[in-house]
Amino acid sequence: MSLLLSDEQVQLREAAHDFLGERSPVARQRALRDGGDALGFDPVLWRDAADMGWTAAVFPEAVGGLDFGWQGLSAVFEECGRTLAALPLLSNVALAGGAVLALGNAEQQQRWLPSIIAGEPRFATAFEEGARHAPTRVRTQARRAGAGWVLDGEKTFVIDGVGADQYLVLARSAGADDEPDGLSLFCVPADGPGVVATGVRMVDARNTANLALHEVHVDADALLGTAGKAWPAFDQVLDRARACLAAEALGLVREVFARTIDYLGQRVQFDVPIGSFQALQHRAARLYVEIELLESAVRGAFEAIDAGSAEIGPLVSLAKARASDLCATVPNEAVQMHGGIGVTDEFDLGLFVKRARVLRQQLGDGAFHRERYARLRGF
Amino acid sequence: MSELDQFRTQTRAWLDANCPPAMREPITADDMVWGGSQLAFKNDDQRAWFEAMRERGWFAPGWPREYGGGGLDRRQAQVLDEEMRRLHCRQPQYNLGIWMLAPVLLKHGTHAQKLEHLVPMAQGRVRWCQGFSEPNAGSDLASLRTRAEPDGEDFIVNGSKIWTSYGNFADWMYALVRTDPAAKKQAGISFVLIDMQSPGVTVKPIELISGKSSFCEVFFDNVRVPRRQLVGALNDGWTLGKELLQHERAAMSKFAEGAAPSLDPLASVRAWLAENPGDALAPELRTRLAKLLMDAQAFALTHRRVTEQALARHDVKGPAAIMKLVQTEQEVAKYELLADALGQRALVWEDAPSTGLEHEVDRGWLLSKTYTIAGGSSEVQLNIIAKRVLGLPT
Ligand SMILES: Cc1cc2nc3c(=O)[nH]c(=O)nc-3n(C[C@H](O)[C@H](O)[C@H](O)COP(=O)(O)OP(=O)(O)OC[C@H]3O[C@@H](n4cnc5c(N)ncnc54)[C@H](O)[C@@H]3O)c2cc1C
Repeated sequence: MSLLLSDEQVQLREAAHDFLGERSPVARQRALRDGGDALGFDPVLWRDAADMGWTAAVFPEAVGGLDFGWQGLSAVFEECGRTLAALPLLSNVALAGGAVLALGNAEQQQRWLPSIIAGEPRFATAFEEGARHAPTRVRTQARRAGAGWVLDGEKTFVIDGVGADQYLVLARSAGADDEPDGLSLFCVPADGPGVVATGVRMVDARNTANLALHEVHVDADALLGTAGKAWPAFDQVLDRARACLAAEALGLVREVFARTIDYLGQRVQFDVPIGSFQALQHRAARLYVEIELLESAVRGAFEAIDAGSAEIGPLVSLAKARASDLCATVPNEAVQMHGGIGVTDEFDLGLFVKRARVLRQQLGDGAFHRERYARLRGF
Repeated sequence: MSELDQFRTQTRAWLDANCPPAMREPITADDMVWGGSQLAFKNDDQRAWFEAMRERGWFAPGWPREYGGGGLDRRQAQVLDEEMRRLHCRQPQYNLGIWMLAPVLLKHGTHAQKLEHLVPMAQGRVRWCQGFSEPNAGSDLASLRTRAEPDGEDFIVNGSKIWTSYGNFADWMYALVRTDPAAKKQAGISFVLIDMQSPGVTVKPIELISGKSSFCEVFFDNVRVPRRQLVGALNDGWTLGKELLQHERAAMSKFAEGAAPSLDPLASVRAWLAENPGDALAPELRTRLAKLLMDAQAFALTHRRVTEQALARHDVKGPAAIMKLVQTEQEVAKYELLADALGQRALVWEDAPSTGLEHEVDRGWLLSKTYTIAGGSSEVQLNIIAKRVLGLPT
């Protein structure tokens, strides 16, 4: 095991770098935003990303995957962070694919994983019900009805929830609000009666929806895993997705930082480059230190994931807490050091600021993950 | 089996046979054996381990045998290092001469200087201190003023050094002195070796806010230093001094590795949290403790990543430049947390009753203030990152 990318992983990153640099530069994200399309990504780019093998990387060969490991996928997420490429990779691969792999039986895996790997039909996973990440705060009810189930409730901020074909819905079949026990995961077709997804326009212009479930009937085989026992396996699915977001954040803040260092060397005031002012040098150096520590934390989290270690929980919380913190610090400092141009819409920095803020909130901010780390460490 | 593998097998067997089990336990500052004329052992295990390693020349495994070293090549020395880590062997002695001065002497010293100084170092007979800083030359080291004037076969040295760590135990000092007052700051400095027993040398330990210390003031009053103790060319000392400081980080890591965690903040702060759940400080302290442990883990991962990068021959200039800054600031944060958790208990002084923890915390807390100043202050570290790593303009 290593904290460095292997040669193959470096190749994957370079391929992602070239592909995204050409097909999805930052200008493309701006165009998507200006177009106002609720889908928030380009379906052709998504199909081509699947052809690149990105959707297959983490799945076992038995279901058509490449068994390449999560560290490799993290390199793709990093590159997405650098160019702000919008792809439903987290929603389909890390969340839905991860959930089917962790909770689904052999028949369900054969039914869904090949299509997840093919990039079609599309999946979205609906677990949040509030404004902040709180995955066990589930009030959506699942009642038995004959051989099947009936679902009722409201889900919020479903990632890539607009235009999805299937929803994996976390619902409560027993227990009280906020109890990990009693949670169940169901696969719900989007076109079923009582299923209504409403797009929510977000600051980063990505695909997000609220999902209403009203008396939705599903068959017994829509249930993944044992009723009431989705946790803690679902938490482990979330951990992989959290780590992926931390990797995207790492790429994003590295890009923002590189652009800022560039600017410090170019912008002249008082007849000297502003980068010669020690007040700014020290702030830039502090950011560099924090980003290096983040990279170590991200690599450490994926190393644990690929090793199936018992330390996945704390290491992922370490990485996501740092990533979430830096998703505020780095863009905020970058804007300040750019001066007025940094707050204009025409300048790309704002697009990074907005995406970073979403990454900070999704799947737990620094406070959530410090609290979780403390709990996992037993205090 | 390759020759190197064979060497590894033999080395492992030899270490296993010669390193007493007690010498494989984590080490505390009190248990460190320092080579030098005041060499002392607390027990037979320390002595046996010291002597066994000395006989092999393994205090300085990579030096040539003629200078008292072990004569190992680079890869063998690396294997020895790895095997010592594997068995958790303590450093048989701590010696700034070997770790900091010797690389410079090996490169720039004359054959006679190497024979005179390296051999006793390799036998653990001489202890060295570093005489760089002066009252008026701290971060701006090049403004040092201690003068060395030629007089026949000698230099006559006048002036003073400050912050000389363990100056009160040292036999010799490597020092930067001014040999050309007319030249530009950096250009008039020379690198000399000074016998601390020379007439005119006075050493005075400094009392710190944490109490007695071994950081000293050293005064030179017409001290005669033979010209043969000049290392490198006259007035070329700045280059040598800068080179030497590059070894400081590696030397400091010898102190860190194998060190017993002097205080487990988790234990005492956790205990406090368990006993005082309703205290107004509890929620904040819990968050700070989590943050501290997470930062420490991120640092440990970075340490590992830099080591792996170095082995893979990547450029580690960037991440390596952050280590001193991060580690010392984390230590400071740890003691701030401990002091807060103990409340006024952490503030009892001198002979007030203590379970041991209280005194350790208040001394440790005050001493931790030196970490972000000594060895290049945090601000200087940030300057280095900004200029040498990020390439920001001057
Ligand atoms: C415990 C201890 C042990 C030591 N051991 C040794 C030893 O064995 N041998 C030896 O030679 N020296 C030793 N030193 C000295 C040490 O290297 C100096 O203390 C250090 O370089 C700082 O110098 P100074 O204390 O004079 O502070 P100053 O240089 O006067 O600094 C004062 C403040 O100004 C800031 N500052 C200075 N320059 C800049 C700049 N360019 N940009 C921004 N901020 C700046 C500093 O960061 C600091 O905050 C030791 C020091 C201590 C405290």
